[in-house]
Amino acid sequence: MTTDAADPAEAAAIAPAADAGFLQRHGTTIEYILIPGAALCGALALFGVFVALFGKNPLDLYFYMYYGAFGTWFSWQNTLTRAAPLILTALCTALPAQLGMVIIGGEGALLIGALAATGAALALPSAPPLAVQMAMVCAGMLGGGLWIMLAGGLRQFRGVNETISSLLLVYIALAILNHLVEGAMRDPASLNKPSTREIGAANMIGSIPGTDVHWGLVFGLIAAVASYILIYHTVFGFAARVAGGNVRAAKIVGLNVSKLILTVCFLAGAAAGLAGMVEVAAVQGRTNANLAAGYGFTGILVAFLARQNPLAIIPVAILLGGISASGGLLQRRLGLPDASVLVLQGIIFVFVLASDALYGRIGFLKGKA
Amino acid sequence: MADGTIGLWTVPLAVFGGAIRVSTPFLFVSLGECITERSGRINLGLEGTLVMGAMSAYGISYLTGSPWLGVLAAGLTGALLGALHAGICSLPRVNDVAVGIALMLFGTGLAFYLGKPLIEPTAPRLPAIDFGWWSDVAQVRAALRINVLFLIGVVLAPILAWAFRTTRWGLLIRTAGESSDAARAMGHSVLLIRLRATMVGGFLAGVGGSFLSLFYPGSWNEGLSSGQGITAVALVIFARWNPMLCLWASLAFGGAAALGPALQSVGVTSGYHLFNAAPYILTLAIMIITCSPKRTLTGAPAELSITR
Repeated sequence: MTTDAADPAEAAAIAPAADAGFLQRHGTTIEYILIPGAALCGALALFGVFVALFGKNPLDLYFYMYYGAFGTWFSWQNTLTRAAPLILTALCTALPAQLGMVIIGGEGALLIGALAATGAALALPSAPPLAVQMAMVCAGMLGGGLWIMLAGGLRQFRGVNETISSLLLVYIALAILNHLVEGAMRDPASLNKPSTREIGAANMIGSIPGTDVHWGLVFGLIAAVASYILIYHTVFGFAARVAGGNVRAAKIVGLNVSKLILTVCFLAGAAAGLAGMVEVAAVQGRTNANLAAGYGFTGILVAFLARQNPLAIIPVAILLGGISASGGLLQRRLGLPDASVLVLQGIIFVFVLASDALYGRIGFLKGKA
Repeated sequence: MADGTIGLWTVPLAVFGGAIRVSTPFLFVSLGECITERSGRINLGLEGTLVMGAMSAYGISYLTGSPWLGVLAAGLTGALLGALHAGICSLPRVNDVAVGIALMLFGTGLAFYLGKPLIEPTAPRLPAIDFGWWSDVAQVRAALRINVLFLIGVVLAPILAWAFRTTRWGLLIRTAGESSDAARAMGHSVLLIRLRATMVGGFLAGVGGSFLSLFYPGSWNEGLSSGQGITAVALVIFARWNPMLCLWASLAFGGAAALGPALQSVGVTSGYHLFNAAPYILTLAIMIITCSPKRTLTGAPAELSITR
């Protein structure tokens, strides 16, 4: 609660004191914080009304959400652990968005990445742990990258809509995972829950020293910062944004749009595939249907809430990681069903999209308007 | 034959019966989406509408004891979600594809939340008409137990095709979809036309959801719909926005989806999950074959964002 409430409060505090010139110069930046922040507060308020209809006290709800997400060191660690895959799957939507593509198949790339990473680890039974981990990272990124590159390639060369194809690929990825986990890759000892063999404790990537947060968070932070630099501070990123703005202009200045699309889609899928590798190598230790936990779908929401900006993805992923981390507490203390997190995410998503209509319309940010 | 065993014939028969049973939600969602897309807007949220429809139908059927009231409730829920989609999309600078994704998450989340208490109880189901009375073979009788909703859907497809072609409403929807300027010049509100088209589309998708929970598979749980809604949206694209083609495509899909369980029933269990994914693979394959980067699709409404 506090982190998001801080944004509009902060902006409101600045507004009367600061001169008009400051507001005009930073109007767009303030808008990018103020509007999603307000949308988030509106969504939380509506969710409060929603649970009040079921006889729960909304103030309790907000308290437990805050407490379960950011209240203690333990909950912070839980939040950050969940934020790690969200950063990576959000990049899977945010990177193609620079090219004007709406990819919503991060979940599929995550699953394929997890399968590939597990396969790599199981294929190298006697290699030193560091080599196995490197192989897992490469395999996970390659698997996820190729999976989303398929959606990008179909769009560029066959005109197949990438939103629908990437979502269909999620279901196909899940079928492949179930097929392999119950067939060729099954550990005969896993009776109740079909799984692959474990990758081995030595090959797990472990936690950041002094915490219970696994190294996947660092992978996510590196990937987000690298994506930011790639998009806003390299020629490649500039070319991608030109092609996203106007394909015809990009072709006239001689940009190879096909190559741009394929590369960006590969990187996007590689990020989500890395999320799958992290989930295997830091949390599950093996591949099974538990991996389809919806990180890919929440990642879409993170990307839209962050307005497809890789740096903004980091705080937004932490915020949404916090919301999902507090789900368990809401279930135990308030008796809310586990789906309440999904409802809240849906409400936030709807509010954030509806708030798109507000950009450029807030009077005091435009000076004389 | 006399003892009711028909050996390997079970497979085509089960696929035929499955085509009829499994295709019904596809049929309703795709007809609904067809109306919405013809008006120039795409609603990707029908997956959420389908699940909400399934949940509300089951709940109302359980509470009132009347499955038909459940179907009505599912339709009204769907229409409400459609109104929500259209309402948000009518704001300036809001992307209809993104709103659809949001409503997909919202609809499924809300259905799981509200549907928690409905997993245990058993609600009255929709009745089926027994077209297989002439046969002694159990599988034939099972395959020919056809639900009324399927028949309604089959009748609805040609009616819609006719309505698009000849009625005033059909013309208005098509005008809004082909050129919003033209519709505006004729003095009609494009937003209002699209609102109504999206609500009718949502109504049909909700009814499709009621079939899932009230007939086949015939119970409410969180794994009830696995992408039928989104597959149906894709299906409209390769049915070229033609209601009759939606009908044939839905039947083909139902058959593909029934292949896995049919093979399992005769003992072919390897590749079960892959066969279950057949509808998605089929959708993707048909989209790859029929789409082209060189031109927009024939029959595509010109205002539709997803084909531009």
